Amino acid sequence: MFDNLSQRLQVTLKRLRGQGRLTEENTREALREVRMALLEADVALPVVKDFIEHVRVKAAGQEVLASLTPGQALIKVVHDELVALMGAANEKLNLATRPPAVILVAGLQGSGKTTTVAKLARFLRERDNKSVMVVSADVYRPAAIEQLHKLAAAVGAEFFPSHPDQKPVDIARHAVEEARKRMMDVLIVDSAGRLHVDEPMMQEIRAVHAAIEPVETLFVVDSMTGQDAVNTARAFNEALPLTGVILTKTDGDARGGAALSIRQVTGKPIKFMGVGEKPAALEPFYPDRVAARILGMGDVLGLVEQA
Amino acid sequence: AATQRSFTRGLSDLLLGNRALDDTLFEELETLLLSADVGVETTRHLVSSITDQVSRKQLKDAPAVYGALRQGMLAILEPCDRRLTIAPERPFVIMVVGVNGVGKTTTIAKLANHLKNKGLTVTLAAADTFRAAAIEQLKTWAGRLDIPVIAQHTGADAAAVVHDAMNAAVARKADVLIVDTAGRQHTQEGLMDELRKIRRVINKTRPDAPHEVLLVLDAGTGQNALSQLKHFREAVGVTGLALTKLDGTAKGGILLAMARQTGLPIRFIGVGEGMDDLREFNAAEYVDALLPAP
Ligand SMILES: Nc1nc2c(ncn2[C@@H]2O[C@H](COP(=O)(O)OP(=O)(O)OP(=O)(O)O)[C@@H](O)[C@H]2O)c(=O)[nH]1
Ligand SMILES: Nc1nc2c(ncn2[C@@H]2O[C@H](COP(=O)(O)OP(=O)(O)OP(=O)(O)O)[C@@H](O)[C@H]2O)c(=O)[nH]1
Ligand SMILES: [Mg+2]
Ligand SMILES: [Mg+2]
Repeated sequence: MFDNLSQRLQVTLKRLRGQGRLTEENTREALREVRMALLEADVALPVVKDFIEHVRVKAAGQEVLASLTPGQALIKVVHDELVALMGAANEKLNLATRPPAVILVAGLQGSGKTTTVAKLARFLRERDNKSVMVVSADVYRPAAIEQLHKLAAAVGAEFFPSHPDQKPVDIARHAVEEARKRMMDVLIVDSAGRLHVDEPMMQEIRAVHAAIEPVETLFVVDSMTGQDAVNTARAFNEALPLTGVILTKTDGDARGGAALSIRQVTGKPIKFMGVGEKPAALEPFYPDRVAARILGMGDVLGLVEQA
Repeated sequence: AATQRSFTRGLSDLLLGNRALDDTLFEELETLLLSADVGVETTRHLVSSITDQVSRKQLKDAPAVYGALRQGMLAILEPCDRRLTIAPERPFVIMVVGVNGVGKTTTIAKLANHLKNKGLTVTLAAADTFRAAAIEQLKTWAGRLDIPVIAQHTGADAAAVVHDAMNAAVARKADVLIVDTAGRQHTQEGLMDELRKIRRVINKTRPDAPHEVLLVLDAGTGQNALSQLKHFREAVGVTGLALTKLDGTAKGGILLAMARQTGLPIRFIGVGEGMDDLREFNAAEYVDALLPAP
């Protein structure tokens, strides 16, 4: 599945052998294949257009290194651009503040927020030795609070109880007070899933944000998302001062083009990716791995050698 | 609403003016379809059918192009516009499957409500024994709907729960049994085996069951939905589709690609988080939403 583009490109690129530099003509067909691959990987159309244009300009007239064929050179340009656009490797959480450092997660329904809260709590406890409290401000989804309660127990985080009769803003505010009183290092606030076009719900999350002033506001997004990723990411980014993105469910076979769309639209770093349902299944985000995946290439350097 | 607006604006620009039927127009059509997640292949199919008709002089102006595009979509979707009918077998067993977080449990609550309103008695089986509080979530819904749930505890064998639920549904003479299953990535063979086992357990109690295997898909999902469909179909023989979260701006255009590849019935769409937010799929309405009349 990941070899789609590499196979297709081999054919087009063979024709580029023995040519000294990349030109409009000799890259046109190959770029068409790249465009298709990006669309099939769910990169949003406007982002694809910009990207192809960018690569065209970058590639045109480029001298090909003695060690590379023009085909190899083009793949390298495409890959390097993708990695560059996806942001620097592995941007960490920034929790430098007077404790408790508050983290707020937000996103569409079912994207993986509650699970991610537990994963982050575990990560910060086990790796950084932080004391972590979690709280659910989801008063809508049946058993959402109970879900976080169970997950908190599983990862050994403190759980601040809340109730569906309460207001999310009050829950969040009380949790901050309690975390401060108990001198917790970190408080992670889970929120209900919401649609970016649901004005009252977007207003609610803005109010929660204003009440607790988190140091990290993370947008949790499903890696299977299609073209709509640009609309949702833009809306959340406008409603909240996001500090980062977490890409979930990358353990499936989605090519994850939404990662590029979201990165382009928000300009915010993707900090982690979810790689499974269990609390330990969280990894730092590596742009080069995701770039290779979006391009449908397992091993880009291997391909460069073959081209 | 944002896409809705730009989509509609795009279309009216496209089809109201005295537009030439040229490459720019075809490219705009392509853009509209690709942006709705229709996918490269099905978009090509639809657009090339239009360009063929134009070159055969069968379409004279932009409004005719619009009509032809609509027709092309309907031709793909109408064969899939087949409602779920509850056959006389009792209990009528519906097994609900899908990847993580698409809306299975909520769709079950909506479906139970829909069937209950038709005068049928419904029992639920809580066979998601994996996710934290999945059982409580289903029980909360069942409480609101005042219908029974057969459940054990988190970590229990899902197939054993389903076995109990089949017996209970038979004993109570329930009209319908709906089985909630844990979300899983279709690429995980071990988890897909568990689904096969659940299906076998249902089948052992009633050789004609499950009567429906409903695959739930999220309208926000892109091309990966095709892979989901393929794997779930191979594992447990999907017989119907439900598309959730159409109340957002996602168009769920991937349905067109799925319909074209498989012709599987599309049963329901989800348009909200409440128990009344389920609609029976209607091809014409869906095409209208995807391609609002200028
Ligand atoms: N395979 C996989 N599943 C995940 C991952 N992250 C979350 N999930 C699953 O996705 C589903 C939804 O996760 P939740 O954490 O409940 O999502 P949510 O965003 O809190 O959902 P709402 O609160 O309803 O909006 C659950 O089945 C999780 O187990 C991941 O990285 N990989
Ligand atoms: N806006 C909207 N949200 C929905 C719809 N259907 C379900 N949801 C929400 O999506 C989230 C996930 O729904 P669930 O029913 O828990 O999904 P699931 O597939 O059972 O999840 P897992 O069991 O964890 O795999 C919840 O927040 C639901 O309220 C819908 O049609 N529209
Ligand atoms: Mg949640
Ligand atoms: Mg569920």
